[in-house]
Amino acid sequence: MALYNDKVMEHFMNPHNVGQIEDADGIGTYGSPVCGDMMQMSIKVDENDKITDAKFKTFGCGSAIASSSMATDMIIGMSVEEALELSNKKIIEELGGLPAVKIHCSVLAEHAIKAAIYDYAQKHGKIYKGLEGFDPDAEEDHHHDIDEE
Amino acid sequence: MKQVYLDYSATTPVKDEVVKEMIPYYTERYGNPSSLYSQGLDAKDGLEEARRRVAGLINAEPREIFFTSCGTESDNWVLEGTADTLKNKGKHIITTKIEHHAVLHTCQYLEKQGFEVTYLDVDSEGFVKPEALEKAIREDTILISIMMVNNEIGTIEPIKELAAVAKDHGVLFHTDAVQALGNVPIDVKELGVDFLSISAHKIYGPKGVGALYTRSGLKISSFMHGGAQESKRRAGTENLAGIAGFGKAAELAGKNLENHIEHSSKLRDYFWKKIEENITGVQLNGPKEQRHPGNLNVSFDYIEGEAILLMLDANGISVSTGSACSSKSLVPSHVLEAIGVSITKMNGTVRFTVGDFTTKEDIDYTVDVLIKIVERLRELSPVTGQEGW
Repeated sequence: MALYNDKVMEHFMNPHNVGQIEDADGIGTYGSPVCGDMMQMSIKVDENDKITDAKFKTFGCGSAIASSSMATDMIIGMSVEEALELSNKKIIEELGGLPAVKIHCSVLAEHAIKAAIYDYAQKHGKIYKGLEGFDPDAEEDHHHDIDEE
Repeated sequence: MKQVYLDYSATTPVKDEVVKEMIPYYTERYGNPSSLYSQGLDAKDGLEEARRRVAGLINAEPREIFFTSCGTESDNWVLEGTADTLKNKGKHIITTKIEHHAVLHTCQYLEKQGFEVTYLDVDSEGFVKPEALEKAIREDTILISIMMVNNEIGTIEPIKELAAVAKDHGVLFHTDAVQALGNVPIDVKELGVDFLSISAHKIYGPKGVGALYTRSGLKISSFMHGGAQESKRRAGTENLAGIAGFGKAAELAGKNLENHIEHSSKLRDYFWKKIEENITGVQLNGPKEQRHPGNLNVSFDYIEGEAILLMLDANGISVSTGSACSSKSLVPSHVLEAIGVSITKMNGTVRFTVGDFTTKEDIDYTVDVLIKIVERLRELSPVTGQEGW
């Protein structure tokens, strides 16, 4: 019996894509240490709007780190529009599930991706439908989209 | 893989002698202590022997010991029972901000029933000031409940002084001594307390058995209603094997007390010295003196507690975290909050407790693993070196 399934533990113990891309096209952070989790995401985007690399740094619990690792794996190779559609539900699915009380940790990853793309869009004068209504400074929001059990 | 258990404040392994004491009550001496034939009377003898042993550990009279199902039941009983018994005299209760949830949540329940509760502040090391208690006492105060040893940061409260204040004002005094039992000397007569809660599984006894010491001459409303067990104060067929185990564990804890304190505090101090020498950005929460002999509560900057716990667990090491990252947001520790630990530091807090079976090799192994884990998690963290820590 363990707190998390093997896949989550594997991504937590040996996370993929850790770090920060030196010449990143977009960098975003989401959350804060006060909330208990914070993720920084940097992305590299090519001329066809395809994400060619993604790296993360995360302060947080096991599921926050595992979700970050999985999310970066998932968005590498995606178009920016596709990455914007990546929901925390899909991240959880790929991880084979998270305990109910930990769902909010996967929301962190979803928002950090959006924050990085937001930064990329700002710098490159691009407009994406998936960013409509997204506020990169609404730091604590990821804790409030989850219904109380 | 090497297994290192460093969570003795959560629970302890049951000692072999204790298990040996318990088994006959499952196999041969299984009679009901309330039955009137020999087999029942024999079981009753076992029950009373255990009562004498538990009483002996805290210098109480056997008739002052009432067995319960756990420390939480003892806390619930004394708070609700006293509130019910004295509700016509007054409806004010005093406790502290750092109590175990067994006390805090029962107080919150009583607030809903129309009682008023004052939650005393503590200082930065977790100590309750007798002067603060004195100021909080009112005409209608019926009970004061202050824990003897804090479960998170190990603070040993000045119970004798606090109980004296209560006595001066004619108010009943209860202490939750679940973490204190077997870790500090307890003499109920010298302390001058009216009620004291204890539990077996914190002193190398079984889970599912506790006791409430009730000073001779006092009687509060029952919490469990039914048969005439425990001098008609706590109904329900006794958990005899568990109680016998509690008795044996109490006897051993009494004999072993000095050794236990020396062994635990030496290892604990060595553990902290090694952490401080080898890891930067650490903070010890709780007092330097007057501390539970096995307790260390450490904040690691820039990283999160559950991540540390999981990585230690993957290396066979069992510990607790200070705060829990659960539904919606992080639930900060009310104890760390009360002593003024910042939320960021709180998030990276781990509680280690050593005990009788901990060895120096266990500590060396743990520190080696800990150094690597902290380094790894700090590499992963985006907040290294940030201001506000």
